[in-house]
Amino acid sequence: MDDLLADFLTETNESLTELDVALVTLERTPDDAETLSGIFRLVHTIKGTCGFLGLPRLERVAHAGENVLGKLRDRSLIATPSIVSEVLAAIDRIKAIVAGLGETGAEPAGDDTALIAALNATAAHEAPVARNAAAPAQSAAPLAEPPLEAEPATPAAVTAPAATAPAAAQTIRVTVDVLEDLMTLVSELVLTRNQLLQLARTQDNSAFTVPLQRLSHITSDLQEGVMKTRMQPIGNAWNKLPRLVRDLSHDMGKKIELTMLGAETELDRQVLELIKDPLTHMVRNSGDHGLETPEERRAAGKPETGNIVLNAFHEGGHIILEVSDDGRGLAVERIRSKALANALATEAELAGMTDGQIQRFIFRAGFSTAATVSAVSGRGVGMDVVKTNIEKIGGTIELKSTPGQGTMFTVKIPLTLAIVSALIVEAGKERFAIPQLSVVELVRAQRGAGRVAGDGAGHSVIERINDTPVLRLRNRLLPLVSLTELLALGAEDNADSAAHVVVAQVGQHMMGIIVDRVFDTEEIVVKPVAPILRHVTMFSGNTILGDGSVIMILDPNGIARATGVGAGSESRLMRASLIDTQTSADKTAMLLFRAGETQRIGVPLGLVARLEDIPRDKIELSCGAPVTQYRGKLMPLIAIDGAINQERPKQPLLVFSEGDRIMGLMVDEIIDVVEDRLDIELAGVRPGLLGTAVIGGQATDVLDTGYWLMQAWEDWFRGVPRQGSALGQRHVLLVDDSEFFRQLTVPTLGAAGFRVTAVSSAAEALRLRDAGTKFDAIVSDIEMPEMDGLHFARIVRAGGPWAGLPLIAMTAHADMENARMGREAGFTDYVAKFEREALVASLRTSLAEMVSA
Amino acid sequence: MSTDTLDRPEAAANEDTQILVTLTVADQLCGVPVLAVRDILGEQVITRIPLAPPEIAGSLNLRGRIVTAIDLRRRLRLPPAPPGQARMSVVAEQGGELYALLVDQVSEVLSLDAALFERNPQTLEKSWAEFSTGIFRLDGRLLVVLDVSRLLALSGEE
Repeated sequence: MDDLLADFLTETNESLTELDVALVTLERTPDDAETLSGIFRLVHTIKGTCGFLGLPRLERVAHAGENVLGKLRDRSLIATPSIVSEVLAAIDRIKAIVAGLGETGAEPAGDDTALIAALNATAAHEAPVARNAAAPAQSAAPLAEPPLEAEPATPAAVTAPAATAPAAAQTIRVTVDVLEDLMTLVSELVLTRNQLLQLARTQDNSAFTVPLQRLSHITSDLQEGVMKTRMQPIGNAWNKLPRLVRDLSHDMGKKIELTMLGAETELDRQVLELIKDPLTHMVRNSGDHGLETPEERRAAGKPETGNIVLNAFHEGGHIILEVSDDGRGLAVERIRSKALANALATEAELAGMTDGQIQRFIFRAGFSTAATVSAVSGRGVGMDVVKTNIEKIGGTIELKSTPGQGTMFTVKIPLTLAIVSALIVEAGKERFAIPQLSVVELVRAQRGAGRVAGDGAGHSVIERINDTPVLRLRNRLLPLVSLTELLALGAEDNADSAAHVVVAQVGQHMMGIIVDRVFDTEEIVVKPVAPILRHVTMFSGNTILGDGSVIMILDPNGIARATGVGAGSESRLMRASLIDTQTSADKTAMLLFRAGETQRIGVPLGLVARLEDIPRDKIELSCGAPVTQYRGKLMPLIAIDGAINQERPKQPLLVFSEGDRIMGLMVDEIIDVVEDRLDIELAGVRPGLLGTAVIGGQATDVLDTGYWLMQAWEDWFRGVPRQGSALGQRHVLLVDDSEFFRQLTVPTLGAAGFRVTAVSSAAEALRLRDAGTKFDAIVSDIEMPEMDGLHFARIVRAGGPWAGLPLIAMTAHADMENARMGREAGFTDYVAKFEREALVASLRTSLAEMVSA
Repeated sequence: MSTDTLDRPEAAANEDTQILVTLTVADQLCGVPVLAVRDILGEQVITRIPLAPPEIAGSLNLRGRIVTAIDLRRRLRLPPAPPGQARMSVVAEQGGELYALLVDQVSEVLSLDAALFERNPQTLEKSWAEFSTGIFRLDGRLLVVLDVSRLLALSGEE
């Protein structure tokens, strides 16, 4: 027998047992909405599954039964005993067919027309009619009698085959509780073994040594085995999907391609079981509702074949599952009117909602926008069941949909129960586990309040910018959080003592966690924290270590949220939104300082390579301009107000570097580092400042780094100062592998009135395209690793939603020959890197042409 | 591991007597229904949980299960135990989770005549009345019957 069929039979037999109980409950309490929904879902699942298994007889009966149940659920029918009997008859028929299936592997022959007719007749009676016309309803009963008579015979026929069919299978079903108990017992065994080994170590030549070694090995194997019973690759839950999609594309006359990524991602089997059905529902929905017919797709300028992409990966102690399609997207208008019609929200409420909020209505019970009820989906069971099931295991589901571009569901499942490798650290005399997945590297650092003068290579020193600890890590400043302070562990950080910095990656952001000691890594079984502690978001769970002690598992995402690192990325809707964190509207860490007569000036922290305090006498003059010897080179120094303050013995510097060029900007005082939105509200009139933004609640001038770099190195950009003015919010995609140029270009274009999303590679840009993000223009670097700008341009021009966008190349080699090659590859214009005025002008011209074209 | 899955009523089945585990907290004799108790533990290594509510003393390992320890003194708003004092724990289950109530001393199991039971006096301090179902009059001493489920009902807070 087919594996799929065997699975189906096991599942259906379980569902049927539940159904019997539920229906009897329903008869007693006809108003119980929960029982009704439960019954409806079970029947719906049976129908859905047999639909793609190719069991037409079963599907017809289930469909008819579901029709009646649907009416009951909508309250247009009241569950009278006669109706319940009819539904029971339908279920008995299903049982009989399932029993036949179990015996022969094929649907037994039989005529269900009478039963289906009776069910349809019942379903056709709407509530008001049913009230008055009790007699007609009764008269329908004789029709239902033949199956009722068959009733006594069927249960006997069912139980026997149902018992034998699963017995033939090679697997047995074990409740998760049994595995859970087994796991607990093994953990105990491991602890006992460890204690015994500890004892044996103190005694030489003990007779127990050898047997103990064997016990130890067996225990390890047993532990591994038990763990294995719980972990399964997610591909196991996906193996039904290609068939489902194939049948779907066949039935609906659509061309669908299913791509499955990350099938090997391992996941706890309990979690796996629970997400299987929601996943199936989501894929079915994507194929049925999401994707258009080939004709519609052609009309919309898309390739005929629609794509459904499944992607699974681990992220920060969670498993992320993405189901995306490149179909028509959710129709916000239709959802809005449906929500209004179903009285889920008032007109006023809807008016105040964003498209995203309105789209979330699809997760409400009984909500379906499909105009017709098809055999595939469209009864509005789908998404609310999906959401309920996912939330049952503590997961979340998000959706992002762009009209005409497609829809993406992102399911985030906590790693509860899963086994992870974790780094054990100590802070404030307590030990904690940090999931290894998010740890990038470990750095040993000195907790130096007093700066070690002339400290070159060797030790890293934790420095403070007005109480905010930072670490210089390979020419970048890494924001740090002290675990002792964050968790209020009380013990003061011992100044000048050695510390370790755990460099962790959270989404797109890097963060350093200061700890006192680092032990080794250990495989841990993540257990959820007690409900009392769920509000402490800094922990993702707890576990028991090999030595028997309980230890809390830190959640780097929670820590990042609590400290504001990468704020705004917590929604982590999809890859695109993660990349979006560089958008000019998102929060940026800003270094604030004072210089000249301007009170507060801010500069993105990411642009600053280092902060230095150099002694006054180290400033020398070269051709009349101040320079200093820095790391064996001469570094030009620029003062913002043009004058050097001679009075103070020390000169604070912001050091900027790119490649082997460095420069120092002399400032009066470094004030603080704050996280804030960088929205330049007033374009600057003074050279050297981009404009003014509200940062940390105060008006702050934003430094135009480019201007100052040019002051120091005239050929840095071979360009001229910018000139900004307002323009409608056009969305520009910036592709450049140099972090520095991205950081520089984003604020500049932002000041010129564009909304900018910056990505670091052509591949990332194409992911955004495939995720359906829309832009008005693209600015791309030419020299990039892996895929260069020319290649990128050819791909963009080859097709897809971006094919018609203005595409502007940015390069250091802006000569005729290169420009010609660029145009041939599909670039609209070619701009020298980095002539901002030219870039802004080129963008405007291209966009204007677009509009007039 | 104990796999006891009895439904635990608030008191023993017998109407006439209540079987209580007696314990002391800050010199006050208290009792909890024996069926609510899953384990009695001696001094344990308890891992502190940062940022947890003050009543939570930490978590401990009971044969492979993680048990949240609640300091009964803090829960009853009593002064903290003198440093160095050995403490015992009474383990109870609520909503599938195990909790350990840290007490000063666990003494014995008493079978008490229901006739000796009285409701809480009206004047009983609120911090006690909240968690007590009533009082047993013993010879020379009063025994406060604690309501375990109310003691453990912490999750709704915060």
